[in-house]
Amino acid sequence: MSIISLIIKREFFAKVRNKSFIVMTFLSPLLFVAVAVFVGYLSSMKADLKRVAIHDETGLFANEFIALNSQDEQYKYLDLSQIDNQFLKDSVANNGYEGILVIPKTTTMADLENKIEFISNTSPSMSFIENAQEIIAKKLTKINLENAHLDTLAIKKAQAHVNINIAKTSGEQGLKGLNEAKIAIGGAFGYLIMMFIIIYGNMVMRSVIEEKTNRIIEIIISSVKPFQLMIGKIIGTSLAGILQFIIWVIIGLSLLFAASAFFGVNVGPTAHLAPAIVEHSPTEFAGTAQLYIKELWNLPIASILIGFVVYFIGGYFLYSSFYAAIGAAVDNQTDSQQFLLPVIIPLMLSVYVGFFSVVNDPNSTIAVAFSMIPLTSPIVMLMRIPFGVPWWQLAISIALLFGTFLLVVWFAAKIYRIGILMYGKKPSWKELYRWLKY
Amino acid sequence: MNTLLEVNKVVKQYGDYVALNEVSLSVPKGSIYGLLGPNGAGKTSLIRIINQITLPDSGQVILDGEKLQPKHVQYIGYLPEERGLYQSMKVGEQCLYLAQMKGLSKAEAKKQLEYWFDRLGIQGWWNKKIQELSKGMAQKIQFVVCVLHKPKLLIFDEPFSGFDPVNANVIKDEILALKEEGATIIFSTHRMESVEELCDHIALIHKSNKLIEGKLDDVKRQHKTNSYEVGILTENVEGLMYDITQKFTVSPANFKSLNKELKLEIQIGNSLPNELLNLITQRGQVTHFVEKIPSVHDIFIQTVTKKV
Repeated sequence: MSIISLIIKREFFAKVRNKSFIVMTFLSPLLFVAVAVFVGYLSSMKADLKRVAIHDETGLFANEFIALNSQDEQYKYLDLSQIDNQFLKDSVANNGYEGILVIPKTTTMADLENKIEFISNTSPSMSFIENAQEIIAKKLTKINLENAHLDTLAIKKAQAHVNINIAKTSGEQGLKGLNEAKIAIGGAFGYLIMMFIIIYGNMVMRSVIEEKTNRIIEIIISSVKPFQLMIGKIIGTSLAGILQFIIWVIIGLSLLFAASAFFGVNVGPTAHLAPAIVEHSPTEFAGTAQLYIKELWNLPIASILIGFVVYFIGGYFLYSSFYAAIGAAVDNQTDSQQFLLPVIIPLMLSVYVGFFSVVNDPNSTIAVAFSMIPLTSPIVMLMRIPFGVPWWQLAISIALLFGTFLLVVWFAAKIYRIGILMYGKKPSWKELYRWLKY
Repeated sequence: MNTLLEVNKVVKQYGDYVALNEVSLSVPKGSIYGLLGPNGAGKTSLIRIINQITLPDSGQVILDGEKLQPKHVQYIGYLPEERGLYQSMKVGEQCLYLAQMKGLSKAEAKKQLEYWFDRLGIQGWWNKKIQELSKGMAQKIQFVVCVLHKPKLLIFDEPFSGFDPVNANVIKDEILALKEEGATIIFSTHRMESVEELCDHIALIHKSNKLIEGKLDDVKRQHKTNSYEVGILTENVEGLMYDITQKFTVSPANFKSLNKELKLEIQIGNSLPNELLNLITQRGQVTHFVEKIPSVHDIFIQTVTKKV
């Protein structure tokens, strides 16, 4: 058996047999599902009805609010225009009102616009205020139109609603809502890579530090080259990670299906599409749903999966080399913080770029640039792939990633080779640079 | 004599610091070779180069007639001064892993392990984790790992540290047995009495330079001062002292004896010991007459302090 596969095997079993690995592997999906079910339960629960007193001196608006009572599940409006304003204010807290909406009588309608108050001892939600503003504004506009003797019906008819449809040159129909699905898929894969790099990169680092503090390192590298040990460690750890990931997917899916069957929550693909669908009329419904499913299947699924594997391997290996070099340079984990920051920053950056730039415009200069830079490309490019990426960009990005990986491994191996035999003091950046030249 | 390991003008620098300055050694086949030197002299650097953990900046190492190369790791067994094993790995598994790294097949490694575990009486440890063992027990495991693949060259860095006297003896006997079987042993230690006891060759490295190398007897011969420890029972001490100081340099000596004799250390220079003996037999009863042979300890301290 070749030495590297021997090391891979040991590292793999050392990780997998570890108690915390076993606990993590089988507990986290349970936790994840528990949280999901809990959140689902919470959101299906009805919030307490909040009572809002309307003190409408004009007598024009109260009915508009009262009319909402039949639909609104969050707020109950009460017309208390007859009760003295001051008395109302004093009794807000005692009577359990959320607040009082005070619409004073003004000389002109225009004056009213800035005179309305919502008196509350708690800070009211933004959506509530916006909603109230809209109701009053709508009513006011109507009154204004009537006062100006304009035909409200004619105006309503004249108002146009525009809906731009998205299509490709190939003639395929697209759906705007589908972009969200693409963002979700790209984001999920990008995020997954980041988590994996951080968790398993750290594991590689801990394992290097362990060998160093154990002092077994000297025995091992009297038999194998440090480079072999480093590569074996990185691969062995990643295999443990992949195993854990596969177990998570299996457990997670089966638990989710079990939970959904039990609670009767619909978690199939239609659940994701539901919000978009309800906006369409029932006649359009079937066709739209079909279109969605068709579009989902038209997503470059193969490129997404292959891209995930390629960028996962490239990104994980690249970052693991950093982690291994850091582990070799320090004596214990607390010392590693200083060197970890520059590793974490590009990861964070790529997630931010992904969620702001890519989501906004997948082909913007920033998105393209960051999907080329090797340190950020694994995450940013994966987020772009669902939107379609020209093949030459993919080729450059992958070539850069693997080229950099080879370069970094070479540097990391140098630091690793020196670092694992250095004990006692925390090296400075300057010293690390010197080690490169030994 | 046949040479197993030849170190030829090896230089190793760490930045500006010279760890080894053109150090040359030749380790004869079948010898126990004591590698001595104060802390920081460069012993570990040299051992690491022999183990191919680091590479020399210049100079070369020749093992059994061949330039040192990666395949040689399986001919070398190394017991580093800083001991360590994977704490949470089981003893048997760990030994198998380390033995396979040295090129043994799994079956062969297992066979050898069973032999050694039996020999050292530690059969019951196979399924224990290292963290459950005491320090001395872990040291024993490490010794087994070091010799398991029957290396031609064994390098022991402070092999007895951490052992109680009984176990230290067990290890010492094993080292001698390995020598009998034909292994060559490089032995680095600060315990001079074990050097006296075990080594037939020594080298002394100090401040990155090799100062002394050779057969232990030759080295001692070179460092002897031609002095004798003498014990005489005499009535006339003044007369005796007068006679001796005419010819030789005298200083008081200290050795164990049952009588209350006069104890002297006498340097005879180029004279023959018989001249001294003749002189003192005329003056009294000689109870003690021993040539003073320098101990390794003396040679070590003398050399190291002199050359500062």
